[in-house]
Amino acid sequence: MEVELRGITKRFGRVIANSDVNLTVKAGEVLGLLGENGAGKSTLMNVLSGLYRPDAGEIIIDGTPTTFDGPGDAIRAGIGMVHQHFMLVPVFSVAENVVLGVEPTGKLDYLDLPKAHDQVRQINETYGLQVDPDALIENLPVGIQQRVEIIKVLFRSANVIIFDEPTAVLTPQEVTEFFEIVKSLRDAGKALIFITHKLHEILEISDRISVLRGGKIVGGGDPKKLTDIELAEMMVGRHVSFGVDKKPYAPGAILLDVQNLTVLRGNDDVAVNNVSLSVRSGEIIGIAGVQGNGQSMLVEALTGLRRSARGKVLFRSRDITITSPRDRHRLGIAHIPEDRQRTGIIPSFTVAENMVLDTYYDDRFSSGLQMKWDVAHKKSAAVVANFDVRTPSVFTAAGDLSGGNQQKLVVARELSREIELVIAAQPTRGLDVGSIEYIHKRMIDARDSGNGLLIISSELDEILSLSDRILVMFKGRFVAEFGAGGRPADKNAIGLAMAGVTTQAAA
Amino acid sequence: MSQQTSTQSEIDKLLQKAAPGRAQFEDLVVVPIFAIIVALILGGFAMLATNVDLATIGQSYVALLRGSFGSINALSETFTAATPLVLAALGIALGFRAGMFNIGAEGQLLMGGMAAVVVGFSFSGLPMIIHLPAALLAGAIIGGLYAGIAGWLRAATGAHEVITTIMLNLMSYRLVDYLLRLPVIQRSGRADPISKSVLESAELPRVLEWIDPGLRLHAGIFLMLGAVTLVYWVLFKSTLGFEFRASGESAEAARFAGMRSGLIIVVVMAFAGALAGLAGANQVLGVLGRATPGFSAGIGFDAIAVALLGRSHPVGILMAGILFGALEVGGRQMQVDAGVSIDLIGIIQALIVVFIAAPLLVRALFPWGFRHAAKTGKE
Repeated sequence: MEVELRGITKRFGRVIANSDVNLTVKAGEVLGLLGENGAGKSTLMNVLSGLYRPDAGEIIIDGTPTTFDGPGDAIRAGIGMVHQHFMLVPVFSVAENVVLGVEPTGKLDYLDLPKAHDQVRQINETYGLQVDPDALIENLPVGIQQRVEIIKVLFRSANVIIFDEPTAVLTPQEVTEFFEIVKSLRDAGKALIFITHKLHEILEISDRISVLRGGKIVGGGDPKKLTDIELAEMMVGRHVSFGVDKKPYAPGAILLDVQNLTVLRGNDDVAVNNVSLSVRSGEIIGIAGVQGNGQSMLVEALTGLRRSARGKVLFRSRDITITSPRDRHRLGIAHIPEDRQRTGIIPSFTVAENMVLDTYYDDRFSSGLQMKWDVAHKKSAAVVANFDVRTPSVFTAAGDLSGGNQQKLVVARELSREIELVIAAQPTRGLDVGSIEYIHKRMIDARDSGNGLLIISSELDEILSLSDRILVMFKGRFVAEFGAGGRPADKNAIGLAMAGVTTQAAA
Repeated sequence: MSQQTSTQSEIDKLLQKAAPGRAQFEDLVVVPIFAIIVALILGGFAMLATNVDLATIGQSYVALLRGSFGSINALSETFTAATPLVLAALGIALGFRAGMFNIGAEGQLLMGGMAAVVVGFSFSGLPMIIHLPAALLAGAIIGGLYAGIAGWLRAATGAHEVITTIMLNLMSYRLVDYLLRLPVIQRSGRADPISKSVLESAELPRVLEWIDPGLRLHAGIFLMLGAVTLVYWVLFKSTLGFEFRASGESAEAARFAGMRSGLIIVVVMAFAGALAGLAGANQVLGVLGRATPGFSAGIGFDAIAVALLGRSHPVGILMAGILFGALEVGGRQMQVDAGVSIDLIGIIQALIVVFIAAPLLVRALFPWGFRHAAKTGKE
């Protein structure tokens, strides 16, 4: 099977999302489609999966021009899409979710669930997916849920499978497993389109790469002959620096001092187990670890959102173990939360309202009872300009901004006030290269001007390029420490520690 | 230097508000107008189905308009009916904005009304300037406390406010029955549950008596306009309102920003209850002069529809409240002039709410009334 998109153009009002795009994918190959957020990747794939009708151009399947009147047509033509946000019913079982909409029925139209089970099991075996057909979706980790989406697509006998940002929600281990699945699908003769903005992933998994920028194909080729720098420049259209320039390491006074902190998740479940760490001014501490090893609970305890069970948290030698989140903000602790959509911003609020979300009570913006919206708007506009948040105005709803700009908004809000310590959780997750570069630069600036930063990330590259010292968290403990006098930071050793393999040098 | 000016112009650009779009205008003005028209047409069909002839249907709609807006008396009645609806709906809207679904306005209104009556018939000899505000205040405070119970239960135990406010409503009915039979409250010489009469010094004075002594419009209308202004200020200008709206849009984001969600829940419920209590006080001090079982007359429930219809916006609620008041008053005229059942008004009210709640349906019915909705797509 071979699918060709020829001269696809798609407009939304005056915005041209795709302009004369040509793309081909053949059976048994992985096409990597690279582009920043807003480059037109999703629009293009929505055209291919029948959700949008192109304004110009045609879709050619095995040499025959075809038009899709809706997603149903595309599915019948053998094109399936695994969306970034899963479309599963949490309280249904795997088998029930897979057959939803195309249920196998027996006599008198009753639902033949055993048959569904068999079919799911068969797909499982063919592609080595290992998913229990009886498990409830809500009990499954994200990586397995994604496999359910893949089974759904295979169940509808797709020969072309589109993966929209499939690794955005996965842990590093899950990514490795996911790549194995992609390879087995490819070897089984499926045509695969892999959409991402992550360079190393596209270089690893693709047989061919196309780069989309501003709705147009701007380049591509053989991943064996391309470097990540070349790809990044095609993607953003200018020179990109991966390295970060920072001043020599010169730590100052201790800002944050955590002593034997234990945090519980629920009643008896120990999430953070007796950990100690300190952050000095002018340094970046990176906490590496696979998600779910207690990092989120540690952050919540440090920012006052969750009570700690034992231990102490000192900020500039002052005990803040039971201080409220608001008072910690006031003391000069900034928090960049890990889930910007849910906890970082309020999508329906304007940019300005989000900009003062945790300082609105301050004398500058409030007279006690009444908000000084004029001041807040002016201040927001200045911060937006200063931090390069791309928005038409400060009255635009934050939810209308791209993910990168939403995150820049959060970073701008936190770094633009009087602070000494920054606690940043997954500060660049799911962002494009340009935004990552920018946010990293601002965090280095904060370090160089004497702030202390604690960065929690499951992106090892991010931890490595930013941190002065690195702690590896595994099952609620710090199992290894690298950098600044100790062991030099080494990607391999950190990776092993993240997987729980402790070496003799581990603390 | 040129760098500096370019940033300044950039900042000025960021501060420019986009002109309100046509879509917004359509949503706020065009949709409600069409919704009312469709509801009236369907109401006509309902009359046809019950064997009312066309001439009478026409006559009844003329009566509806005349009875609600056709004379000074009609206007006076319309606004008298709108006042408690708007007051209670403002409270409900505050709750909506903060993410609380307060079904308990009816109970809060009853409790607030009872408190106002008790203060209103006690303390004889007080000057009006003290007595009336005291009675109103009592209504607001008791209404607020009563709603505060539901708020506190939600904040402290997680008990859902829909359940607790419904239960508090049921309790308030029986509590009112009980209170009205207490010797200190029950009118002397009466066996049925009815309270003593509110003293003149606690009555909301009528404001149009200089035109015609029969006009019932009372000073509660100023209370209503004041409350609309106050709630507008609270929601959009005050620090507290920012917290309300933040908690309503995203409780988690509000918590992460250091807001105290439990406290906000209790405060917003108390605020909502105070407005409902004020609506109750408005009824007993301005219209009824006493309390009887069920003096709330379902205002607390109609107010939910008014709050929804007004899209939880104070100005929208004022409009919606006047509309509902007009329908109620005009409906009476309809019954008198054309002999059409007053129940029909209930049907028309319900239809208006349904159509306003389903703007897409209205757009589909009247495609020529709207600019083509551009299909939007997101990358």
